[in-house]
Parts: sequence; structure tokens; C-alpha cells
Amino acid sequence: MSETTGGVEMDEDVSGVVKKFLYVNRKAPYGTIYALESLEVVLIAAAFDQDVSLVFLDDGVYQLAKGQHTKTIDVKNFSPTYRALEGYDIEKLYVEKESLEARGLTTEDLIVPVTLLPAAEMAELMDGQDVVLSF
Amino acid sequence: MLHTVNKSPFERNALERCLQYAKKGSAILLIEDGVYGALKGTAVTDKVKKAMKNVSIYALYPDIEARGMQDRAIDGIRLVDYGGFVDLVAEHRNVHSWL
Repeated sequence: MSETTGGVEMDEDVSGVVKKFLYVNRKAPYGTIYALESLEVVLIAAAFDQDVSLVFLDDGVYQLAKGQHTKTIDVKNFSPTYRALEGYDIEKLYVEKESLEARGLTTEDLIVPVTLLPAAEMAELMDGQDVVLSF
Repeated sequence: MLHTVNKSPFERNALERCLQYAKKGSAILLIEDGVYGALKGTAVTDKVKKAMKNVSIYALYPDIEARGMQDRAIDGIRLVDYGGFVDLVAEHRNVHSWL
């Protein structure tokens, strides 16, 4: 039994494997629970020191909008968490150019620095991943 | 009749179908993710502006504010709070909640 793994035996050959994880976010915040759930799972992957990237497509780009104030709808404003991701070594955030433009937004309207990619390049990014999780 | 729409126009066609069905003189209240349909400079803005010639469009401000979309509402869309929501329901004979 190992102290560090809480009693779970880890195969030493496997425990050090780092995979490329991609989280695809396509839902607006608050209307459904998807955006918040995605964020929770992203933080889990970060805790296991995996190679994490986040992409924001369609209404998912609204998750990153500046100026969210949720007091009057009585739910937690989780948008500041995107700014904290840097502290968990999650620095690869990509936003689809077409999705942002269709909503009349620019990167200036977002709370974190992101890389803007056209859909075709986003497809390439997705193709290069080991694990893709879509929310 | 008062129509309410709570889905994003970019994800579902609820707003589009509501705009087609709303008769002249009726009211549409955008709530929850439906408020994304009330914004300037988007791919659906023109469609909403056109509908405003015949119907009154309202949006629930707390939902706009929660999403960081303050100051982006189309001119002419009336922003209401929860009290205003209740007034709209009371003023109309019936309500159609598009889901």
C-alpha cells in the first residue's frame, strides 16, 4: 500500500503518462449546468498534471464574457475561475473565430487571453488530441 | 398573448418559430438564455429588429446582467425586472412559453 495514492496501488509505468486532453465547451453559462460541470472536470485533469486544452465554440464563447453579475439570478458567478486556470498550468484556451463573430463579440470582450482559431484550424487541433471531452 | 422564450437563438429555433407565430400587437419576453436574442450586432439581430415593427419585445434584465451582456440590448427592447415580468403576465390574457 502506498501512502501517497491513498492506498491505491499505482503501476509505475502508467502513473507518469501524460495525455493530451481537450475540453470542448459549446453551451452558454447559467441556462444549463454544462459550463460549470466542464470547469469542474477540467480542474480534475489539471490535478493529475495532464496536458489540458480548452476550446470554446458556439454559445460556449459566452462563458468567457466579461462583466457577468449573477446576484439577481441567485446563482454562483463562476467566470472568475477561468482567470484562475493559469495557476493550474492551464494556459491553452482557444476560441473559434466564427462563433465569436456571429455573436458580435471580439477578444476584447473576454475575461481571459485566448487564441482565436478559424474552424478549419480548430479541427486540426482536435485531431491531435488523445482524449476529447465535449460539454 | 405574451410569448416567453428561454433558449439561445444560436442553439435552438424557439425564438425563430416564436417570431413567426407572434401576431401583431403581441408581446415577447426573452428570459434565461433567450436574452442572447435581444443583443445588438449578432447573426439574429436583423430578424429581431424586423419583428419589433409588429410586436413588443422585452428582456429580463437580471438574466442579461448575469451573462455580462449589459449595454448590448437592441434599442427599443424594453428591459424588465421580476416585477415587470409579473406585470406582463397579468396584462395578457394568456401566455405561451416556448421551450
